[in-house]
Amino acid sequence: MADATLQHDTIQHGLPGAYEAPLFGAYSKKVGMWLFLASDSLTFGALLFAFSYNRIYTAWPTPFGKDSIINATIMTACLLSSSLTMVMGVFAAQRGDRAWTRNWLLATMVFGTAFIVLHGMEWSKLIGEGLTIPGFPKPSGQAAGELATISKSVPQFPATFFGLTAMHMLHVTIGVIYLGVVAFRKWFLPIVGVLWIAGYLLIPSDNVFHYGVHALMICLIVAAVILFLKPKDYDAHDVEVAGLYWHFVDLVWMFIFPLVYLMSTKIV
Amino acid sequence: MHDATTHDDSKGQYFWVWGALLVLTAVEVWLGYRQIFAAVRMLEVLLILSVIKSALIIGYFMHLKFEKPLMRWLLTVSVVTCFIIMYFFFFPDAGRILKLGVN
Repeated sequence: MADATLQHDTIQHGLPGAYEAPLFGAYSKKVGMWLFLASDSLTFGALLFAFSYNRIYTAWPTPFGKDSIINATIMTACLLSSSLTMVMGVFAAQRGDRAWTRNWLLATMVFGTAFIVLHGMEWSKLIGEGLTIPGFPKPSGQAAGELATISKSVPQFPATFFGLTAMHMLHVTIGVIYLGVVAFRKWFLPIVGVLWIAGYLLIPSDNVFHYGVHALMICLIVAAVILFLKPKDYDAHDVEVAGLYWHFVDLVWMFIFPLVYLMSTKIV
Repeated sequence: MHDATTHDDSKGQYFWVWGALLVLTAVEVWLGYRQIFAAVRMLEVLLILSVIKSALIIGYFMHLKFEKPLMRWLLTVSVVTCFIIMYFFFFPDAGRILKLGVN
């Protein structure tokens, strides 16, 4: 015990060389985010494997016509452009330009929100035409088209399609809120709150997003806990780490878009 | 953290990467619509294009190209190894069903 005390006393804290240099030459937050993204890539990898696995077994439907492909292509362009604005935001943060950091992050959030809205419209259209899974609210009209038949004959298709794209949409939503918190800190919380309540009240109860919008409430609680327990002014490192997450969301879509949409195009 | 000023001078490269990603996306959509390949070959081509796009995003946008080689290699090798292990779990079973003659 006496030896342990003696050894502890000999450590000189706060002096250069007292701690080892980081193994990866990067600060811990960045390494932590990379490790999280590596694990999250396996989540999406498993979902994509499940999608491909089902596709091998069954006569896979190809329901995505011209409108869906154009919509998904615009969504892809939104995400790619958001990655560029995110890079510009990181540069502005590294220059110490707070105004432009906020502007670029806001531009990234606008592209991300456009992606979510377009995806939500696509989902609503597909569900309205009969593509559904057990647990979704029943649409007001009874659909009896090709997609309704697919839901009955190949239930793996809507299950894997909605599972995969919902997981990605959730990641994009969390990303937009993450960037909003980094850019606007606690001032962003009321905006999320208003969006949550407005979404719940305005989206019809037979639409799946009437319930899905509660994801905003969960994000609001998590962000509020973080911001009030540890209020801080986010610096360039935080912006760069948030950017890593955002680019990952973009990266995952680069696999979902061709595998889910382009491999299931309906050519007429 | 890497030196910000080093990359600030070469912002143009990020616009080139963004342009390349948009062009590759357009090629994918064109291939999807023209369907000049059979399904399996189409899957291979689309996956190759997706891997190229993801490499551009990871290398440039996520700055992994500018990180230390140890971090670069450790992340890449560990994730790729995990995917190979996942492949061993899923696809031998999928291959078995083809041998049984089930379509």
